Parts: sequence; structure tokens; C-alpha cells
Amino acid sequence: MRYIRPLSIEDAAGLLAGSTGTAAILAGGSDLLVRMKGGFIEPDLIVDIKAIEGLSEIRETSEGFSIGAAVPCAVLGESKALKKAWPGVVEAANLIGSKQVQGRCTIVGNLCNASPAADSVPALVAAGARAVVVGPAGRRTIAVESVPTGPGKTSLAKGEIIEAILLDKRHPHSGDAYLRFIPRTEMDIAVVSAGVNLTLDEQGRVKSARLALGAVAPTVILVEEAAEVLNGSKLDEATLERLAKVCSGACRPIDDKRGTVEFRRKVAGVLAKRAAITAYKRAGGK
Amino acid sequence: MAGVAVSTTINGDNFEYLCQPDETLLDVLRDRLGLTGAKEGCGTGDCGACSIILDDRLVCSCLVLGAEAEGRRVETIEGMAHGDTLHPLQQKFLEHAALQCGICTPGFLIAAKDLLAKNPDPTEEEIRFGLAGNLCRCTGYDKIVRAVQDAASVMKGA
Repeated sequence: MRYIRPLSIEDAAGLLAGSTGTAAILAGGSDLLVRMKGGFIEPDLIVDIKAIEGLSEIRETSEGFSIGAAVPCAVLGESKALKKAWPGVVEAANLIGSKQVQGRCTIVGNLCNASPAADSVPALVAAGARAVVVGPAGRRTIAVESVPTGPGKTSLAKGEIIEAILLDKRHPHSGDAYLRFIPRTEMDIAVVSAGVNLTLDEQGRVKSARLALGAVAPTVILVEEAAEVLNGSKLDEATLERLAKVCSGACRPIDDKRGTVEFRRKVAGVLAKRAAITAYKRAGGK
Repeated sequence: MAGVAVSTTINGDNFEYLCQPDETLLDVLRDRLGLTGAKEGCGTGDCGACSIILDDRLVCSCLVLGAEAEGRRVETIEGMAHGDTLHPLQQKFLEHAALQCGICTPGFLIAAKDLLAKNPDPTEEEIRFGLAGNLCRCTGYDKIVRAVQDAASVMKGA
């Protein structure tokens, strides 16, 4: 096995593209090292991306935020500007693992590990986040929801690396929220989760909405009908009931030791309602 | 197989070592450098017994490669006491009997030190959440929480 710490993203992509065996990207390592320890992966090459300039930074630009692929989730929680603009994304990222794991794990790793139960992903999808992908063919920007294609699988081609996650600058009267159900009080894997992102008009009616559900399908899903239900509303009781119904209906869950199909469907509707109410309040709605 | 040459700082001292590319920092500390304070419990980042501080961040050393320590600052339990003078957290863990078998203790002390560095006056709930990445199967946690609360008040007064 070789361990290489390239200084540029192009070198990192080149190393991955040119590798003949199993190659792995190392940022926080909180998934990779566990999989190596368990014997699920035996990389011939590890490309540590933490020495690449800019990858460990959150940059605030005129267009919003760019979160480097090597930024630990703990750092997201320490960024006042990011927390103010995207509290739902930050609360989701900060739910991953313990303090020890928070010091290492990254949202790009959470996305590329491609678990349907990944905590940060529904919040990122709801936020309309985009991923900057660098590879042999150059640089492209794609929607976050197009990255995972199934449990443990992504749409990234050989040699491609996500360099950063982009979040838009906030419009006024906007808010987002993330909630998950776990049987414990902390440090567990989501049985069901929901991320909601709302922008309101001057009258407090929903102008635009995005809602994503986690752990209820092979990938995190964007529920487009949820936006249709929410748009134009002030989240009255009837709207929330319809929201719960479309969210439960959008689920394609599995039965497993953490939850049944029936339970997941029901809880998806409940969490969607509750996350929508929090997002609405954060957007200044009454 | 040639090793990776690493130059790093541990508890303020410069260290140079060779390690295998897939060797964890925990294994380097314990097996190559003789710093056996950090323990291996689960080896998968769940139990916190191997906690160290890497560039001011609390991490599990079982989830860090030895090669990653190049040019960085590592703090382990061995750097916590000054000579014979125990750190207030160590002293309070003794006074409150916040340990039985002791395997988890170095990890708890490092995690508690990190917690108090970032939040010198934590509530009981903040302590319990802050130390949730450290497992103890002996104490039931109450004595640990009380020791940390007591150490926090001593450290604030210092």
C-alpha cells in the first residue's frame, strides 16, 4: 500500500486516475479506516487530500459558501456565518458521530460514503447544495443529490474527486432544518430523517421549498411533490397533513433491525412536518 | 516494504519515526514510541479509549494514520501531568473514584480536557454530551461527570 499526500487537486485526481489497483481518498478517515480495519477494503493507494491548498477552508463569497472537502464537521459548527445562513445543514453535519469523529469527519465524505442514512445529505439536498467535481476531464459542478446512486455507490468516475460543496447566499426570509429519528438520544444512525429548506415572501407565505428524506430509499430522496404542497402556504394544519401524506408516500423503505417499512413511512411524515415548522420559524414565518 | 518517514511533535517534543502506510497513529504511539497511555478498545472510533488531541482537535487515534501526523501537533495523556503534579482533572478523577478498571480513563481525561478548553463552565448535560464518544463499562458515568464538574470549578478558580 502507498500513502501519498499531493499538494494540488489535479495531482490528486491524476494519482487516482492512474492507479491500477484499489485507490481510496482520505480526508477524515472516519469511514475509510473503519472499513480498512474490518477488511472490507484493502487499498493499494491512499490519497490524503488534506495538504491541498484551500480544501480545509470554508470560504464565504458573494455567491455564498464554499466548504472544502477536507473541512471537519466540527469546523462547520464553529463558523458563525455558516450557522446563521444554513442552520439546518450545520445541525445535520454536527449530528454525525462523537466529538472525536466530528474533529475528523467531513460532509463530502458523508456524501461519497453514499449511505442512505447519511445525516448531512438530506440537509444538503434540501439546501440545493452543489458539489464541485475535479477529474481527468476538468472541473464540473453537479447537484448533491446526483452523487449517491445507491448504498455505497456514487456517480463519480474513476479519477474524480469532490473538491468542495457550494451553498448559495441566503435570500431574506429563508430557513432550513434537519431532524432524524434514532432510538437513543445521540450517536446513532438515522432510522428516518428529513431536511427542509424554505424561502418565504413578504406576507410569510412559502415562495420556494425543498424537502429531502433520508434512510427511506436506496439513496436520500428529494420529494418534489412536497414543494408543491408547501408553496403558497403558511404551513396551516391542512397543509402539514398533506405534506406528511406525500412524504410517507414518497418512501421506498426496507424492513430492518432499526425500523419496519410501516414505521419508516409514518415517521417520515411526522419528521417532515416538524422540520418544516422549524424551517418556517427560522425563516421568520409566524 | 519501505516505511513512511514522519516528523511530528508529541507533547511538545519532536519525534521522528518510520511507519507502514496503513498503520494507525494509535499503533505508532503504542508499539513504536512506547506511549501506551492511549488504549485500543474497539479500533473503530466508537469507544474513545484512544482519544488524543491533534492540532487542538479531539480525535480517535485509531482513526488516524501514523503518516498523517507529519508536521502536526499531537497531545497524549502522557503530556497531561507536569512531572509529579497531576492535572486538576486527573486529581479529581482520583478523589471522586471516577474509574474502576481504568482502561477508558486516559481517553476520558483527554476528552474532558478538550471539553473544558472549549467550554470552561459546562452544564451536566453538556458534559454528558461532550463525553458521549467515550465509553465506560464500570462507573455508570456519574462519578466521571462529578469529577469533571469539580475539576472545572477548580480550574476556573485557578
